[in-house]
Amino acid sequence: MKIAVCVKQVPDSWAEKKMVNGTLDRENVDAVLNDLDEYAVEEALRIVEEHGGNDEGGPNTVTVISMGPERATEAVRKALSMGANDAILITDSKLAGADALATSAVLAGVVEKEGFDLILCGTESTDARMSVVPAMLAERLGAAQLTFASSVTVDPSAGKVTISRVTELGVDEMYANFPCVVSVVEKINEPRYPSFKGIMAAKKKSIDVRDLAAVGVSVTSAWSIVADSAPRPPRAAGIKVTDDGSGGEKLATYLAEKKLI
Amino acid sequence: MSTVFIVADFVGGKATKTNAELATAGARVGSVTAIVLAPVGGASALASTLKVGPISQIITVESDSFSHNGVAAVADALAQLVSTKSPAALLIASHAFGKEVAARVAVKTNSGIITDAVDVSADLTATQLVFGGSTTVHSKVSHGTPIITVRPNSVSADLAEATPSIEAIELVIAESAKKATVTSSKPPVQGDRPQLTEANIVVSGGRGTNGDFSPVEAFADSMGAAVGASRAATDAGWYPHTHQVGQTGKSVSPQLYVACGISGAIQHRAGMQTSKTIVVINKDPEAPLFEIADFGVIGDLFAVLPKATEGVKAYKS
Repeated sequence: MKIAVCVKQVPDSWAEKKMVNGTLDRENVDAVLNDLDEYAVEEALRIVEEHGGNDEGGPNTVTVISMGPERATEAVRKALSMGANDAILITDSKLAGADALATSAVLAGVVEKEGFDLILCGTESTDARMSVVPAMLAERLGAAQLTFASSVTVDPSAGKVTISRVTELGVDEMYANFPCVVSVVEKINEPRYPSFKGIMAAKKKSIDVRDLAAVGVSVTSAWSIVADSAPRPPRAAGIKVTDDGSGGEKLATYLAEKKLI
Repeated sequence: MSTVFIVADFVGGKATKTNAELATAGARVGSVTAIVLAPVGGASALASTLKVGPISQIITVESDSFSHNGVAAVADALAQLVSTKSPAALLIASHAFGKEVAARVAVKTNSGIITDAVDVSADLTATQLVFGGSTTVHSKVSHGTPIITVRPNSVSADLAEATPSIEAIELVIAESAKKATVTSSKPPVQGDRPQLTEANIVVSGGRGTNGDFSPVEAFADSMGAAVGASRAATDAGWYPHTHQVGQTGKSVSPQLYVACGISGAIQHRAGMQTSKTIVVINKDPEAPLFEIADFGVIGDLFAVLPKATEGVKAYKS
């Protein structure tokens, strides 16, 4: 079984984010592996562990795929230290400011070239929060889309994947055959911390850095253009009362005065 | 006059209030056509629940693929309609399903996409609140048919009665859109409470509940509110993950947000700080969420909430 996990390096969620020239300023903030992608890496590792592991020469591999600037190797390295086998990083100055459409085209280009049975993703990145890349990727690959999975069961011999999809519309049980794109929600598992051994091993694992020409995909500039952006004025703190037994009542009165009841 | 397509949004066979919001935004641009995608034999029943909003026309398409094959089949039908009818824009509700449908239609029709808009102007400029609501962005799609997902509860809806004409269109869903199969669907378990992202009022509980959400739920019910939870509460298994508000959960923007026993990490703020009015109840006077509260009560939620619930009930009666 060949599994790909698509990951993104994002600004640390504690960092203050700013817009520069119509796009997120990524250079001047601490960057980390997108939280939600860790669940996808973990799930990929659990799937292979259930079916013979991913030791070299074994039946399964887990490959990390990422698109981003060169420093995204740090995020990729983290996924490798969790236990993935190898990684492909697409980095190219032409990709600065790329939108989700371009990102999905590049990821699809790599996946098509390498050929994978299963492509795992987080549901969204914590910076842009669009949660559209997995669906776009499935569309571009002509692969089945099994997204927002809260559980994933794989039958490698039948090439079949079954998931529970959890969204605001309820819970769907779904299945599809390889190849498919699966995105996982964060309640699916508890991502492991890289062990010391894992961190040391990751230093020796190869990260295959490719430019756009090597992927064989050309991208246009973003198809949504930012006209302007501005920080919103901070909220001023309002009334604060200390509960002396009447706090609940005061709250009800406040809500009534504000016509919120 | 140009036509704007909106994708009609239904839960449990009924039109959600998001439809009127989408139609109101669309009507600024042109005449609004609502696309109703229904199971075979189900279109007129669904369409008849679209009662309000500036909707001029309804186009219905029937296929059992929509429920059997999910996002891909819905996107296939919409892409066919967009390609043949060339609307000025396609507006879709910004929830998980809507955003995924928008994503696939954008790829299929070579169109730009904007998600999570809180407003759309007559020239199709979308307003978004990004980075946890700390920054306002105005943007426009520059290629193809603008595909914009609009957050529920953001546009104040024109609730005039809708008297649309109805046209049924037959489409063949491509085999390539049938690769995933849905074997069962269960609606969300939420009782009589409104849906979190659509609710006018949200009452959320966090670590301070210690796992007991009953006072939070009682207060929510007195207000007719949805119940939310912080990540600490959902991670602890105290409340379903689907109710999580925050950077890795739902973003809500209700008229009133009441945070009970939630200290207010930046990740939680990211999901709620665009709420119109914010109320915070916390034992810890230093809880960071007090910084953005319109009304804060320093106190134990187990003491404050029951009294507030009584007060609300008394006011209502």
